[in-house]
Amino acid sequence: MFKTRYILTRLRSKLRTYWSLIKSLQTGLLLLTGLAGYMSARCPVITWKTLLALAGSLFLAISGSTVLNMVHDRDIDAIMKRTCNRPLPQNRIGVKEATAFGIGISAIGIGWALILEPLYGLVVFVGFFTDVVVYTMWLKRCTALSVIWGGIAGGMPVLAGRVLGTGTIDWVAILLAVGVLFWIPTHIMTFNLRNKTDYMQAGVPTFPSIYGNKTTHIVIALSSIASAIAMGIASYGIGMTWGYLRVLIVLSAGLLLLASSSLLRPSERLNFGLFKYASVYMMSSMVLVLAETF
Amino acid sequence: MKKITSPNRILLLLTGLLAAYQIAIGIDGLSIFVITSYMVAFGVLLVAGLLLIILGFDVLNSPIVVVVSTLIPLSLSMGLVSQYLPNFELPYLVFACIGLLAILITRYVRPTKIATIVLAIVHGIAGLLIAFLPLNLVLRKEVAPGFIFVGIGGILIGIGGLLLSFLRVGKPLLPARTIFSLLPGLLLLMTASFVLGMALG
Repeated sequence: MFKTRYILTRLRSKLRTYWSLIKSLQTGLLLLTGLAGYMSARCPVITWKTLLALAGSLFLAISGSTVLNMVHDRDIDAIMKRTCNRPLPQNRIGVKEATAFGIGISAIGIGWALILEPLYGLVVFVGFFTDVVVYTMWLKRCTALSVIWGGIAGGMPVLAGRVLGTGTIDWVAILLAVGVLFWIPTHIMTFNLRNKTDYMQAGVPTFPSIYGNKTTHIVIALSSIASAIAMGIASYGIGMTWGYLRVLIVLSAGLLLLASSSLLRPSERLNFGLFKYASVYMMSSMVLVLAETF
Repeated sequence: MKKITSPNRILLLLTGLLAAYQIAIGIDGLSIFVITSYMVAFGVLLVAGLLLIILGFDVLNSPIVVVVSTLIPLSLSMGLVSQYLPNFELPYLVFACIGLLAILITRYVRPTKIATIVLAIVHGIAGLLIAFLPLNLVLRKEVAPGFIFVGIGGILIGIGGLLLSFLRVGKPLLPARTIFSLLPGLLLLMTASFVLGMALG
């Protein structure tokens, strides 16, 4: 009885550790973009079997890359106040175990994706490679411009989803990916501004520390505009009805208003608002694409 | 500043969802000008709800709040006038533009008495229109009785708009904490009344 309870407690604690390794919110949002990309292709290609396979393979691949990023960045995570409580710096999980977990779920996810549809699998693999190798291992500690590669990696799930739905890389797929690509700087740079000292202490070059806050605010405003335009044209290309397009226009206007306010009267609070709103904006855009299908 | 609570967040989320529904579905089939007017009103409600959820009541400290809280009744009344009193569309559009501009300009005028007067006039006219035009239309049997809910929404928006605007110009009608406690519920009730009224009308 006690042994069973002990095992259950250990198992629960292990699962909790694994769960915090995959950054569930970020993974969930990227997964949502993938699902929206797939659903944007519309019927009759959508089947629940394929949809579940897409969700499973993408979830595993994205989670795997997140875990491997955490393994690689454990030294800087330990220095930064915001991340020092993560499982690896806290030694709640060993490096070998986390690496094996990351490689394992990534391999299953990418393998599953390749079996499902080779072109889809290839896009998922490119996303994984760009995120883990190009962004995290190679560029993140060398240049502040690594954020572009982070953006490209972030745009891959929606591209992959659309590719699985249509069987090809069309202009709508590219625009959807571009929309996410330009949303990433808004997301990451507002985060960089908020935790500037942390990143400087860890020796990670960020846009605010290299180019200054003013330039960063300008880049955030411009990338928000570019993201809103790309999402708008892509949604029109999908054939989104005017009703949903109107909601997208309103949400885009909110994003632009916040970005320009943050540019004109920069403040910590407004910056935080922009960071949060940008996530809500991306999530809502994808929900609108999904809602359109139903 | 009063901290925003979880029930407040839920109320604001529901407000945002209702506003989004109205923008997406509730205003189809109308002329472009009417759709745009309603879209501005419900769009401001949607974005304001989201910003309140994200930033809390601190966002109400922004000087833009007076303009935003005026934009909702002005654009909504503009839509109603354009839809039901098309002959008055142009004069009312001129009034709405001048009113908004006057509120913007008088933000920077001292003493604040002029700003308060301008605010009361613009809000008053827009609020009265939203409250009594639906009642008039229902009594004349030009629309279904359910359209009366738009008028109820108009009364609520009038209350909310006046409370917020006068708070911002430094002459609060109620203590700030009371206004912030009432605001999420008031926003939801008001949005629900508009959506219901427009659906039933």
